[in-house]
Amino acid sequence: MTPLLAEVGYQSNWVEILGAPFMRNAFIGGILVALAGGMIGYFVVVRGGEFAAHALGHIGFPGATGAVLLGVSPTLGLGVFCVAGALVIGALGHRARDQAVATGTVLAFATGLGILFASLATRTTSTVTNVLFGNLLAVSSDQIVVFTIVALVIAGVLVVVARPLTLASISPEVAAAKGLPVRLLGTCFLVLMALATTVAVQVVGTLLLFALLVTPPAAALRFSARPVVVCGLGTVFGLVSVLVGLVVSVMFNLPPSFFVVTVSTLIWVVSMLATRERHRSEPVREG
Amino acid sequence: MSGPPGAATAAADPGGPDEPSPPQPLPPAVRLRGASVAFGGRTVWSHGDLDIPSGGLVCIIGPNGSGKTSLLRLLLGMIPPATGTVEVLGAPARRGNPRIGYVPQRFGDSVGEAITGRDLVRLGHTGSRWGLRREPGVEAEVTDALAAVEAEGFASERLAHLSGGQQQRIAIAQALVGSPDLVVLDEPLANLDLRNQRDVVELLVNLRDRRRVTMLVVVHDLNPFLAHLSGIVYLLDGHPHYGAISDVVDDDLLTHLYGTSVQVVRTATGDLYTRAHP
Repeated sequence: MTPLLAEVGYQSNWVEILGAPFMRNAFIGGILVALAGGMIGYFVVVRGGEFAAHALGHIGFPGATGAVLLGVSPTLGLGVFCVAGALVIGALGHRARDQAVATGTVLAFATGLGILFASLATRTTSTVTNVLFGNLLAVSSDQIVVFTIVALVIAGVLVVVARPLTLASISPEVAAAKGLPVRLLGTCFLVLMALATTVAVQVVGTLLLFALLVTPPAAALRFSARPVVVCGLGTVFGLVSVLVGLVVSVMFNLPPSFFVVTVSTLIWVVSMLATRERHRSEPVREG
Repeated sequence: MSGPPGAATAAADPGGPDEPSPPQPLPPAVRLRGASVAFGGRTVWSHGDLDIPSGGLVCIIGPNGSGKTSLLRLLLGMIPPATGTVEVLGAPARRGNPRIGYVPQRFGDSVGEAITGRDLVRLGHTGSRWGLRREPGVEAEVTDALAAVEAEGFASERLAHLSGGQQQRIAIAQALVGSPDLVVLDEPLANLDLRNQRDVVELLVNLRDRRRVTMLVVVHDLNPFLAHLSGIVYLLDGHPHYGAISDVVDDDLLTHLYGTSVQVVRTATGDLYTRAHP
């Protein structure tokens, strides 16, 4: 066992490592992903984005490994599959979530397809691991450009749709009566979620996506129900998770993903405990 | 504008398109002509020919599945009539009409805890605006709507943390923002205890009187409203009708309507109520 554990342990030169050029991309990439996820955070928790986070993660996997097979960028494959998946889920509406068996089967098939693509491609092991579990330390300068564009697109779309999307998420009935395109707004949200997923996979992978896209805004919602506050605080929680996770991972020479998810989980646990009192009095609600 | 309900109906009935009508201050809140509603080839109701005068408090009654909510959705322009025409406040029904406020069924339950009362009421105005431009006067309007339903005291709470009666007040305030001329409510008394039922009814009566808002309310139980109604829409045998209370609140009609024996009782003090008769 000793040789396996040899590299694990406190690294006294971690401050130097943090200053290395490759760390710059990791920090910038992490910040952009936290921003992209944070901006849509309120809508993720109000619209039941946990389902979308799971589904898009599964759908993206064969996209990334398929892209490697074709010799194109995994981020591109991931993005195409996630956005296409978002459009399909949007078209199905509630049926995607209600038909749990059918949806689960399709998602399992997608994962199987991803494994097939991965085994067909030659230089795959690191790609598969990166897609499944993320690797913030492998973020390239090209990816930083993509991350920046994604964050700007999300911000630009939200500036236009934020208010109608809020009403359509809170009360679809009233939104429809006011003449809003409720279905289209839902699909629009899913596409934004697909874009956020595409960049977040690079940080935590498809399997741990939840911790970066759902957990921070869910923790923020414990403190406030105001949309702007939930997005802002959720972004802060996401940033803390990514940045602290990154630094600690360098200190101990272990994968950043684990520490990002750990910090995110700790924030959530503390949020639950800290707001226990104020949520205790809420009336029991059926349905 | 309020006259005896019977007179209002009588005036509306013979009003043909050719008749030189006397000066009418307000068009009817609702006018159906040969209207019907159908889903997937199945007709829910048909032969909708009625006028609901403006300025009243009107209940819509009928057994489950008779198409009460469909009628509301028709007025809101959310579904088109299968046949005929639907006019609301003098113009064809259309989606997004700012002159209509809407309180859907089980509004509080469906909204959940991710919004405060005040933010929700503000969405009644800003929710249909694209972009983030601040509009002057919105906050004043929100405050005014909250005051009208006496909800200032709890408007900053999350909706899910409010009682059923408080949630219903927020829901009504949300519909009042933008100063509509007509508010349609779908079962606003569902899941409320007797005191809250009475409070909400009084609130609706107040809003009708003070803000001159026509109130159209889908209900299961007429009793809480009986003392205040200007008329009743009833969905009988697949057709909607509008009538005065004296015509509708009748043993035979209600018994036929609900398919179970219903008795109308007038107490010594003049109060009117209906009860299912065993």
